[in-house]
Amino acid sequence: MSVKVLTANRLTDGEVVWLGANGEWLEHIDGALIARHAEAVDALEEAGKSAIKSNLVIDVNVIDVEERGTDLYPVRLRERIRQLGPTIRLDLGKQAEKPKAA
Amino acid sequence: MYRYDEFDHAFVSARVEQFKDQVERRLSGELTEEQFRPLRLMNGVYLQLHAYMLRVAVPYGTLSSRQMHKLAHIARRYDRGYGHFTTRQNIQYNWPALKDIPAVLDELASVEMHALQTSGNCIRNVTADHFAGAAADEVGDPRPYAEILRQWSSMHPEFSYLPRKFKIAVTGADRDRAAIQVHDIGLHLKKNEAGELGFAVYVGGGQGRTPMVAKKIRDFLPVEDLLTYTTAIVRVYNLSGRRDNKYKARIKILVHETGTEEITRQIEAEWQAIKETDLKLPQEDVDAIDTYFAPPNLVQRPEGWSGLAAARKADHAFSAWVDQNVTPHKNPDYGVVTISLKPIGGIPGDATDAQMDLVADIAEKFSYDEIRVSHEQNLVLPHVAIADLRIVYDLLLTDGLATANAGLITDIISCPGLDYCALATARSIPVAQRISERFGNPERQADIGELKLKISGCINACGHHHVGHIGILGVEKKGEELYQISLGGSGDEICTIGDITGRGFSSEEIVDAIETIVDRYLEIRTDKEETFLATYRRVGAAPFKDALYSEVANAA
Ligand code: HEM
Ligand code: SF4
Repeated sequence: MSVKVLTANRLTDGEVVWLGANGEWLEHIDGALIARHAEAVDALEEAGKSAIKSNLVIDVNVIDVEERGTDLYPVRLRERIRQLGPTIRLDLGKQAEKPKAA
Repeated sequence: MYRYDEFDHAFVSARVEQFKDQVERRLSGELTEEQFRPLRLMNGVYLQLHAYMLRVAVPYGTLSSRQMHKLAHIARRYDRGYGHFTTRQNIQYNWPALKDIPAVLDELASVEMHALQTSGNCIRNVTADHFAGAAADEVGDPRPYAEILRQWSSMHPEFSYLPRKFKIAVTGADRDRAAIQVHDIGLHLKKNEAGELGFAVYVGGGQGRTPMVAKKIRDFLPVEDLLTYTTAIVRVYNLSGRRDNKYKARIKILVHETGTEEITRQIEAEWQAIKETDLKLPQEDVDAIDTYFAPPNLVQRPEGWSGLAAARKADHAFSAWVDQNVTPHKNPDYGVVTISLKPIGGIPGDATDAQMDLVADIAEKFSYDEIRVSHEQNLVLPHVAIADLRIVYDLLLTDGLATANAGLITDIISCPGLDYCALATARSIPVAQRISERFGNPERQADIGELKLKISGCINACGHHHVGHIGILGVEKKGEELYQISLGGSGDEICTIGDITGRGFSSEEIVDAIETIVDRYLEIRTDKEETFLATYRRVGAAPFKDALYSEVANAA
């Protein structure tokens, strides 16, 4: 079943971000605040509105994701491409970042 | 060549200052996104999927080496080392940070470039034949007129809030290389029987969700009437064009709904009222602008031809490149070189900073400092001596710029699609790459001959798919990418909108489907001289539909 998270682009540089459970805008989808029912989705939408007001991010949207194990997997291809980067340039976007050393 | 006059310079600088201030106010939170969005769009700044995008105008596709070096520098310093040349003769940068954009605009202004009127409901960057000023078949250079239109339309107070965007294209030869009949206004520069220059005027063409071929409303408009007549057209549009529905707001809809005869009557009536005003172009003004575009003083280089024959014999790949990518110049000692930005399996229209620098260097030494950007997403060196072709080829070869495929099936136009674009419904670049690989064999492509394949990632049709001999439109269906094929489109002087074949194809199926179409063409063409488009026009869609849908049915 799909759940919802809040995504946007950062105002200063357009970087794709997701609203984290800690209230911060995160550069990776892991740790995003997950809405599992209607009231939680409303809360996400409210958070989006206030984020726009505080001028941190633009183009704020609630999107569908699936929980696959511990990973969050966006349902739409568009969102998966936003999450990773252009599929034709694997050297660009978030997919190009070195995996963090454990 | 044309240089900005002081007026342009002052106004571009003032605009950069203004935008710098607007960006600062946006970053400090003084301006909301709602307030800022129209301001950034007026300066060519969009938001795509991964980042902002900056669209830089290349007026009528003409660049000097210095300007190309600057574009390379911007790619390196402020972006990720590349840029994307588009069907609107623009370059787009895909990763600039908002806070850096004022600095980029400053850099551009230092080489007389800008991003004005690359967005918004105004008269956009005027486009022209990319072989302008060089092609053997040219009647007159269209660029002086494109420039007159640019000066007239820049920040035009009456026309800065049109119902929708407005695109003008000008061609100077009977062979239309600027796709003028799918523009809001298309101008075909020609001579009348008395040998005077004027324009055939087309109105109401366009692509997008309602593609239409423009209607010719005047067969010969004297040059002196260019601005009065254009003003009359845009004025009628500005007054009567629909503002209630964004999808019905382009002039093509107005022309369609009003009827060509009636709209022509309205335009002519408006024109009569302003025909003798100060917008009438005095010959001296035209001459003054003409001198900016005076052809370079080409040195006689007759020695080229004998050497060329030998060089061709010695190197088959070079010979193929000359056949495909070099077209006749007005001066028989010279050729017009198309630099393909379509390496086999590559991303159509992308060029790295190093490639841009290389092209700029070559142009400086071997093409009288001139470069053109084509709407087919290639670059052009307009004045290369036949005697220098070999060395230019060798230099291009050093950085993957010598693909011999201009006009062939792998010379694909593709919009950015879902890999970058926020409006996209499907990816277009990977489809282009796979088709390019499938048909990449040089002999096979050459055997197929001229075939224009164009791909868009949504119905907006930035990739010109409606006028592709083969057009591909990517849509989203039930969460999957689906590709519709259209056949028989053409953006040249015999302009047609392609016919959709039928149900679409999945991402896995689409390349096979294209191959099926091409194979059927090879079976039924009368001989090698009959191009894909000519065959399609002779036999219609049926044989291709048969091949497509019966084969798929059999395979299923
Ligand atoms: C952020 C990226 C882009 C956005 C938001 C965008 C938006 C649009 C829209 C909304 C239309 C439809 C206009 C209409 O039907 O009224 C359109 C058409 C068009 N765009 Fe784009 N576009 C983008 C990128 C490009 C690129 C990369 C190119 C060149 C390769 C391009 C060239 C064109 C052309 C040639 C048309 C069709 C001609 C016409 O206006 O009828 N656009 N674009
Ligand atoms: S055709 Fe659609 S997907 Fe392609 S660039 Fe234009 S708006 Fe984006």
